Amino acid sequence: MIEVKDLHKSFGDAHILKGITTSFDKGKTNLIIGQSGSGKTVFLKCLLGLFEYEAGTISYDGKIFSNLSESEKRDLRAEIGMVFQGSALFDSMTIAENVMFPLQMFTKMSKSEMEDRADFVLKRVNLPEAHNKMPSEASGGMQKRVAIARAIVNNPKYLFCDEPNSGLDPKTAIVIDNLIQEITDEYQITTVINSHDMNSVMEIGEKIVFLKNGLKAWEGSNKTIFKTDNASVTDFVYSSNLFKKVRKMYIEENE
Amino acid sequence: MTYLHNIGAYFLMIAEMFRKPTKWSVMRQLILKDIDDLIIGSLGIIAFISFFVGGVITIQTALNIDNPLIPKYLVGFATRQSVILEFAPTFTSIIMAGKVGSFITSSIGTMRVTEQIDALEVMGINSLNYLVFPKTIALMLYPFAIAVGMFLGILGGMAACVFGGYSTLADYILGIQTDFDSFHVIYAFIKTFVFAFVLATIPSFYGYYMRGGALEVGKASTTAFVWTSVVIILLNYVITGMLLG
Repeated sequence: MIEVKDLHKSFGDAHILKGITTSFDKGKTNLIIGQSGSGKTVFLKCLLGLFEYEAGTISYDGKIFSNLSESEKRDLRAEIGMVFQGSALFDSMTIAENVMFPLQMFTKMSKSEMEDRADFVLKRVNLPEAHNKMPSEASGGMQKRVAIARAIVNNPKYLFCDEPNSGLDPKTAIVIDNLIQEITDEYQITTVINSHDMNSVMEIGEKIVFLKNGLKAWEGSNKTIFKTDNASVTDFVYSSNLFKKVRKMYIEENE
Repeated sequence: MTYLHNIGAYFLMIAEMFRKPTKWSVMRQLILKDIDDLIIGSLGIIAFISFFVGGVITIQTALNIDNPLIPKYLVGFATRQSVILEFAPTFTSIIMAGKVGSFITSSIGTMRVTEQIDALEVMGINSLNYLVFPKTIALMLYPFAIAVGMFLGILGGMAACVFGGYSTLADYILGIQTDFDSFHVIYAFIKTFVFAFVLATIPSFYGYYMRGGALEVGKASTTAFVWTSVVIILLNYVITGMLLG
């Protein structure tokens, strides 16, 4: 479980995060949603320790990140898997080498053990025969799946995904969403996804944190988001006619 | 202020590069790969340029000596001095600032743009140690490439001299042996070590700290080339003043 208390982050005079308090549950897909410029990416980078923040605390299963020593931070980071928006695969390595990279860096596994583990996770993300391809030879969807494989290869306790569906067709996006949810459930990972894809919100949003202008404007799940009368959330989530109709149908069905 | 900030950030980068070292088994592979990319991959262009520039120095010197009182062996002497003291260590380094420097800036800059450096940081890896340190170590073999350049420069001069009919082979060989001071070679290699460090770190600095997209990668490569060349020329002046002045 990740707990965030009164988190503040500024860049110069721009106050980006204005006191966010929330938590992300273990074994659930937790989504951070909000408009562009709402502070989602900054929030995610603070959670990952890529940005330092002025005030507040972030704790990972009770361990307050800012209180940890450098070596403790390094150990904690070895328990984090991250799927970047653009996949961020190392383009000088093959797909198998990309997946084995965290094992090479943080474990004492032999080469054959690493290959077996890479083989296992690549099969898990439905890429059993992509080992020797270079990332540039893989499609966007394949690259995302390789990024997920790399993120989970070292059995992380925490998985972060920055807009995992961006640039993907709707069918592949659903495959990626389902894969992340299955993995979260299977390995009981604390998964935090930064997204503005409404399909993801409806499909896998077991917990949803809605940010607006650097503040937490709403918190709930894909079940409660249909019923909320929070104007900021409804303006954002139900901005398209399609989702307005979906919401109407849901409310009619459940009345 | 920007210049002062960049100088400070550059030295902080150097200090950070030595902290939290990457696992040796991984680092060894990175160093070998960088030796292949940066040193072995540059030997061809260094050999080609050195051979022909050596030839040009010989022809220029021979054509400018029209006084019969000046001995013919001076052509070999002048070629040796020019190649060992300046051409091989300094001007080859300027050329390498273009070849190796742009390669380093663009490869690290592209990693920055595509979040590969963020991926390393999230995993808890010291990205500066992982990316810059192996390049710095690999370029410590740069004096070997410069030695090849020195040899081929003098050889090119000899070929131009003999086949162009500017003097005899015996005169040329006498010239390259005349007043030979081994400290000049040591001086050239000291300069080369310093330039190698500059060649590895300044382009890395511009690649690592760049922001933006593909266009900025190109701009960073150009800026890196300009500053690497400027620093090499300035250090050349300072080192020459200290060691030969």
